Amino acid sequence: MIALLGLVIGVILGLVLQPTIPVALQPYLPIAVVAALDAVFGGARAYLDGIFNDRVFVISFLGNVLVAALVVFLGDQLGVGAQLSTGVVVVFSIRIFANAAAIRRHIFHG
Amino acid sequence: MADSMADAQQKLRDALLSRPTRGQVVVAALLCALGFAFAVQVQSTQEGALTAARTSDLVRILDDLGEQRERLAGETASLQATLDDLRTGAEGASAARQEARERLETLGILSGTLPAVGPGIVMTVSDPEGGVDAADLLDAVQELRDAGAEALQINDVRVVGSTSFIDSSDGIVIDGEVVAPPYLVRAIGDPGTLASALAIPGGVIEGLAESGARADVAAGTRVAITALKDLPTAEYARPA
Repeated sequence: MIALLGLVIGVILGLVLQPTIPVALQPYLPIAVVAALDAVFGGARAYLDGIFNDRVFVISFLGNVLVAALVVFLGDQLGVGAQLSTGVVVVFSIRIFANAAAIRRHIFHG
Repeated sequence: MADSMADAQQKLRDALLSRPTRGQVVVAALLCALGFAFAVQVQSTQEGALTAARTSDLVRILDDLGEQRERLAGETASLQATLDDLRTGAEGASAARQEARERLETLGILSGTLPAVGPGIVMTVSDPEGGVDAADLLDAVQELRDAGAEALQINDVRVVGSTSFIDSSDGIVIDGEVVAPPYLVRAIGDPGTLASALAIPGGVIEGLAESGARADVAAGTRVAITALKDLPTAEYARPA
């Protein structure tokens, strides 16, 4: 419950404050968001599997974000930032779909 | 399997209703950060495509805009040339119109359809004995024309190329109108030339004196010729 509340508060804060993203962070923010989404779906699945662990969730959340940002950063240094960004988004999307399917099975098919 | 499904739904209910633990607070904080970043990113994407674009994309966009600018500059140049052409044409048409108007005025004065004013002379011919005939006036008119008179009027009749001078029992008839003495001859031209042309020995003034008339010539800087002549419509003649 409080987790959902946190999400809602975050969205409202973002909409109300409307901060400008620092230029240095601009390429990484969308990737970080996708990575965090993957962690959230993974956490939800783990929770339904009964193996949810706060520490694991926090580590996977931050780890996902950092690794994704690092991959994009390296890609930018190598001149393939756009392609690597696409790759990261594709990978995380696949994982999100897989987790979503698992969650769906848990809730509807048992 | 039904147990597992009920189990999952029970877990969801528990998650929504249970009291927050320390772990849940941490999770909530992370989700808060996620929501914040999500909202910010969505908004920056909606604000402008350029802020989120990469360097290579920006370079391509810049190139596109440069090409577009060049194309538009070319279009501007061609439109400017068209504008110049049209303006020159308009000036040419205006000059032609001005010339036509001047020509119309000149022809109007020559043909007697327009009033005229300018330096010239006024000759008053008093004819107490009635000795002046049409030939005398015609002599005067021809002498004045020779001297460069540009517009002529006798009493209230405009004298032009087609004007006729006829002796009749009522007096002298000019262009169908009876003209009674004293005869007032107005001429526009160089006053000195006109006056001396009339005064030459054996000329107009002496001829009139021989007919028993007295002619007084007054030079003026502003002689007004107000009589007009209707322009006959050419019935047969056409411009060739």
